Amino acid sequence: MTEIFGIPVAVILGQLMLGLVNGAFYAMLSLGLAVIFGLMGVVNFAHGAFYALGSFAALVGVQQFGIGYWPALVLAPLAVGLLGMLIERLWLRRLYGLDPLYGLLLTFGVALLLEGILQQVFGASGQSYPVPDLLQGAVNLGFMFLPRYRAWVIVASLAVCFGTWFLIERTRLGARLRAARENAPLLQAFGVNVPLLLTMTYGGGVALAALAGVLAAPVILVSPQMGSSLVTVVFAVVVIGGMGSILGAIVSGLLLGLIEGLTKVVYPEASNIVVFVIMAFVLLVRPAGLFGRE
Amino acid sequence: MNKGKKALVALLAAVAMAGSRAAPAAEPDVVIGDIDDLSGNYADVMGAGGVEAIKMAVADFGGTVLGRRISVLVTDHQNKPDVGASKFREWSDQSGLNMLIGGSNSGVSIAMAKVAAAKKVPFFSIGAGGSSLTNEDCTAYTVHYVYDTTALANGTATQIVADGGKTWFYLTADYAFGTQLQNAAAKVVEAHGGKNLGAVRAPLGAADFSSFLLQAQASGAKVLGLANAGGDFSNALKSANEFGITKTMQPAALLAFITNIHGLGLQTAQGLYLTTAWYWDTDDATRAFAKRYFAKMHAEPTMDQAGAYSATLNYLAAVTAVATTDADKVMTQLKHTKIDDMFTQGGYIRADGVMVHKMFVMRVKTPQESKYPWDYYKLVKVIGGEEAFGPITGACPIAPK
Repeated sequence: MTEIFGIPVAVILGQLMLGLVNGAFYAMLSLGLAVIFGLMGVVNFAHGAFYALGSFAALVGVQQFGIGYWPALVLAPLAVGLLGMLIERLWLRRLYGLDPLYGLLLTFGVALLLEGILQQVFGASGQSYPVPDLLQGAVNLGFMFLPRYRAWVIVASLAVCFGTWFLIERTRLGARLRAARENAPLLQAFGVNVPLLLTMTYGGGVALAALAGVLAAPVILVSPQMGSSLVTVVFAVVVIGGMGSILGAIVSGLLLGLIEGLTKVVYPEASNIVVFVIMAFVLLVRPAGLFGRE
Repeated sequence: MNKGKKALVALLAAVAMAGSRAAPAAEPDVVIGDIDDLSGNYADVMGAGGVEAIKMAVADFGGTVLGRRISVLVTDHQNKPDVGASKFREWSDQSGLNMLIGGSNSGVSIAMAKVAAAKKVPFFSIGAGGSSLTNEDCTAYTVHYVYDTTALANGTATQIVADGGKTWFYLTADYAFGTQLQNAAAKVVEAHGGKNLGAVRAPLGAADFSSFLLQAQASGAKVLGLANAGGDFSNALKSANEFGITKTMQPAALLAFITNIHGLGLQTAQGLYLTTAWYWDTDDATRAFAKRYFAKMHAEPTMDQAGAYSATLNYLAAVTAVATTDADKVMTQLKHTKIDDMFTQGGYIRADGVMVHKMFVMRVKTPQESKYPWDYYKLVKVIGGEEAFGPITGACPIAPK
């Protein structure tokens, strides 16, 4: 068998594939964060909690109402997105114009609140969500057996990422959103309802987190802490990509998934810090991030 | 992370303390403390259920001992050794603490054992696994009550090697507990003629275990030793199923609780071997306790929660027997009394602090075998206390070989 640095190529390919799956989650989560920061200037610390909430929404859907995986892909993000819009209306809105630190503190509080409620209701051990029948089993790629569901995660995530990028960078609605960030009073003078636009943006970003949560539910245990461990990594991804850069979030999400996958073969103990080492390096060399504009 | 709940717990503790100070009786309360993980990874294993179990024990005892009221203090150690140790110190200095229970998380338990020695307060470590608590880190006041890494390895690993699982590869949580568990299992595997092919050390709380699992599969070993706990254990087993690794390797849980199995579901967990000190569906006494507990917590108790109940009652019985809360006298009494209750029969506390008692090797049932809710384990073997916990090692200065 061919080897690179004493590691069989098949093993490296397998790990890269798994890295790509994890990268797909990073990309989708950091995308939501980038949308919210890029268009609203809010550092959304509650992102991990909304991700967990998306998973739990799917879980409750299947357990209580018999709503399967496919409808949950639409309904759970919708429900969580509506909750996000409510939070924006009630609380977040009052903090616009203040130092971004206030928004950060508020969303951090919301995260603690949501995770606390989830733990109170569902307990800390977590629960299993079944893999949908259509995606059971695995495909033989030659170098590894890839569960069909993981392949679907990559496809779905790339589609969502491209769709979001297209919506914001290439459509009329996206142009308005970006204009609201640049000069809100002027846009309002043209008759655009900016506050509504912002509410929708936050709801949309939160819905992306919830969608990632539904996609993750069949692969990992659905538990209240599932987001809090992930969200720190995702913040690092956003910083590496450049705060607020949509493309940066997507590309660096996938890239860091791959790098992390390789680290797991070479030196597994370091796999949870490699992202932060890269972040430190990027901040030294390019403080605005890889795709950031300063 | 859960500040709201922490605040509430602190408030309750404050109220409990205020209540105890305001009590008109001249005699101070007998104070039992519980410092445990109430909001994190291990919160279902002891957590609020453990608090409930302790309160059930106090109520069953009659609420008073030596004519003094029994009060219970509770706080969350947040899995931080410094938080646990400083709260323990504070309660000993200011609240008249007489006995402490708790300490899921070996790191926190080791820190609290040091306080137990300094303040001379009996400490029943319930949820921690690290066997160093009764070896290098032992004290005259520590009782390691429910299980330790030695007993877990002796149970699960011995059984699997005997059944033909001779080659092992470990997925190990990269901290003190994981390493101790892996070493204990590796020793047992070798002693019984098996071979350890390697290990991969995954960071605690890793988001995805599939990469580590593929490495385990590539080793060609027959048995996948899961030297981790809580969410890490569950996620690792779930991924092992997804990637079909459980078809070629037999998974061995070196520490799993019934709440983990409940969360995973039998479809995923079936066939798994594990070792437990207590199972709710063992006999009439365990079922009776479980029924009362279930009515309050809506879950069957874990071995830790049952252990907390038993430890509280046995402590109170010892206090009654020696008619004082003096720590040295109570400890002497405890170490000379057999423990016979719904938790275990014929158990005893050894000089080094190990509560020696029988352990059960269990196999998780298939969905077809399970007949009613929480009907999860099939008994494979009962192992005697001496065999499970092994001889005194001599590493603890107060307990020579």
